[in-house]
Amino acid sequence: MPVKEQHDYALTVDNLEVEFDTYGGTVHAVRDVSFGLRRGKTLAIVGESGCGKSVTVQALMGLIPMPPGRITGGSARLRSAGSGPAGSGPAGSGATELIGLRERELNRIRGNRIGMIFQDPMTSLNPTMRIGDQIVETLRVHRGMSIREGFKEAERLLDRVRISEARERARQYPFEFSGGMLQRVMIAVALACSPEVLIADEPTTALDVTIQAQILDLMQALQREEGMSIILITHDLGVVARMADDVAVMYAGQIVESGSVEAIFHRGGHPYTLGLRRATPSNDPENRQQLEPIEGSPPDLFHPPVGCGYFARCPHAMQICEGSMPDPFDLHQPSAAAEGIRHSARCWLQHAQAPRTAGLNQNDAGREEP
Amino acid sequence: MTATLGDVLLETRHLKRYFRLDKHRQVHAVDDVCLSIQANEILGLVGESGSGKSTFGKTVLGLHDKTAGEVLYRGEVLPARYRSADFQRFARSMQMIFQDPYSSLNPRMTAGEIIAEGLRLHSDAKPRAVREEVARWLRQVGLSPDHASRYPHEFSGGQRQRIGIARAMIVEPEFVVCDEPISALDVSVQAQVINLLSELKREYGLTLLFIAHDLSMVRYVSDRMAVMYLGALAEIGPADDVFFRPMHPYTQMLVASNPEPDPITERQRSAEPIHGEITSPVNIGPGCRFAGRCPKVMDHCRHTTPELLPVRDLTSDATRQVACHLYG
Ligand SMILES: Nc1ncnc2c1ncn2[C@@H]1O[C@H](COP(=O)(O)OP(=O)(O)O)[C@@H](O)[C@H]1O
Ligand SMILES: Nc1ncnc2c1ncn2[C@@H]1O[C@H](COP(=O)(O)OP(=O)(O)O)[C@@H](O)[C@H]1O
Ligand code: SF4
Ligand SMILES: [Mg+2]
Ligand SMILES: [Mg+2]
Repeated sequence: MPVKEQHDYALTVDNLEVEFDTYGGTVHAVRDVSFGLRRGKTLAIVGESGCGKSVTVQALMGLIPMPPGRITGGSARLRSAGSGPAGSGPAGSGATELIGLRERELNRIRGNRIGMIFQDPMTSLNPTMRIGDQIVETLRVHRGMSIREGFKEAERLLDRVRISEARERARQYPFEFSGGMLQRVMIAVALACSPEVLIADEPTTALDVTIQAQILDLMQALQREEGMSIILITHDLGVVARMADDVAVMYAGQIVESGSVEAIFHRGGHPYTLGLRRATPSNDPENRQQLEPIEGSPPDLFHPPVGCGYFARCPHAMQICEGSMPDPFDLHQPSAAAEGIRHSARCWLQHAQAPRTAGLNQNDAGREEP
Repeated sequence: MTATLGDVLLETRHLKRYFRLDKHRQVHAVDDVCLSIQANEILGLVGESGSGKSTFGKTVLGLHDKTAGEVLYRGEVLPARYRSADFQRFARSMQMIFQDPYSSLNPRMTAGEIIAEGLRLHSDAKPRAVREEVARWLRQVGLSPDHASRYPHEFSGGQRQRIGIARAMIVEPEFVVCDEPISALDVSVQAQVINLLSELKREYGLTLLFIAHDLSMVRYVSDRMAVMYLGALAEIGPADDVFFRPMHPYTQMLVASNPEPDPITERQRSAEPIHGEITSPVNIGPGCRFAGRCPKVMDHCRHTTPELLPVRDLTSDATRQVACHLYG
């Protein structure tokens, strides 16, 4: 499986598989997903709704409801700082395997080492409890603080997420907070235990663009101060461009392309990545290019295609694409010193014998001139 | 009676729509809005949620009574409060497409019945002619006539939005209010719906009020852009001018917040902090509504309401209107 090169990873995921049993049959929600989260960096997972973004991170957090859900394969290792380069050997020194952990251990990791925020803060807040009390509760459970210490710390945390008049606000109930303020509270709760990894699942999707900008700025500032590694799930390419160091593009339960944010935006090697870019208006004053929609809709995950998941919508589909899904092909880095992770795409157009395709970044190594 | 570009199709004069909360409090959802929409243009309307965009759209269409002010359509003053005969009369020229493709379609009606409703109510077309029109419109919006017998839950979000568009378009209106028609859709499908609306606009000479909070998309589809804050217009002008050279501090804040789908531009973005949150327009007094969040606020901003006045854009040499004392 993918060799994770010399980078220092906070979290590595290999060959993750998740299914759900439903009336209609088995949904193959996550299929053979592998990625690495570099320490202190932000990895964005992007893709359209239903492609498996949330289920992927829920699997890491032990939040898949079982039944109907099932993790049928794969591993996810949380690595403490300085545990050495990541390999694919057994969970060795300083690495904790998350898949299959018992509830008690998971509880310790959730909150202590991994924090999480969701699109709707109210899924994790109690509407009938004062904001301050809820933060104190977390601090008592995870950091063993007394009530008095807890209140002081809660105030400090609210202050850190730039909530003014923290003391007064701590005495209020969730309904007295705006959506943006609640998301700040969630970040404060997540910060309470200085987690190594913060998972943010569409944290700004429900917010206005000005409030989104405030929350994203806050996340960036806290990352700088705390050195957190962040997984950010979003469907908004603008948010990806603003926040990400690395990007994984998901489609139909699989990661179809991954690489540095520059590689994904400027040297995209998968037709779906290009399709997303061309369906999004660019803010170029000189050029109001025609938007190109992706025709059709994603495949049914009850019977996921055996071949490439994008086959039915891909403007460049070839015969081979229908029958089999390729392993990731490596794409050239522009220079050996290029920062960032390995750039790879799961598309047959990256095969040395595939035809050249306009607009797509293809590997030249071994390619024959037409 | 086709209007040509440059003719004013619709105009609002000091339009107000208040909602009474209790004896002492009123929401000034739309407060003294004056604007005109030219025939065959797309006017984009942006602003944070709660700024009054939907209320404005509905009031213009007579779906809300007007608290004060007037709406003129082709120079004719529309009633302050619609009676059912008025709906009969105006629904053929003015229609609305809603944001939520999930809740805006009656789940117990088939797609065909939903699309046909307007024709049955607002014309004396025979059942057979109605059926043919429904089939034609299903094709026009990229669905198939076979879809007529299916129920809303059998469609995807993008397909439902197409049904909403066919329902509005079947009476061949001149003017359509699109209230966040793409906000609930995936990126790839948003472009499908946007292109469909642009095609229909070209083909039928439509005039659109396009409400959305996605600034890049509004700039992409609109000829002109209006920016609303707490019930009042902050700025209105040619879409590219407003987007690339915003004048009102609120427009500047919106543009600065808007993430660009390009990591290189994003890295060069200035880290101007964004202040405060939108409040609610309850019992608003004099002064600029944006004063509490404005980084350039001056003393008299807090006491005197800025008027919407023409300002010249030196780069494009076009005039726009801005309600800000910086330009007064
Ligand atoms: N609890 C569940 N039961 C059945 N199917 C589920 C459940 N949760 C998620 N799924 C399915 O898994 C797939 C991926 O969902 P999700 O990860 O939520 O997508 P997204 O990329 O939008 O976050 C979808 O087809 C969804 O319907
Ligand atoms: N029926 C109503 N009763 C009371 N207040 C309302 C009603 N409809 C809208 N409002 C208020 O009017 C303001 C503008 O709302 P709206 O037009 O929905 O804004 P937008 O569409 O820009 O989000 C908000 O403060 C909202 O709460
Ligand atoms: S009028 Fe004053 S407060 Fe209002 S936007 Fe302009 S400078 Fe700011
Ligand atoms: Mg999700
Ligand atoms: Mg609205």
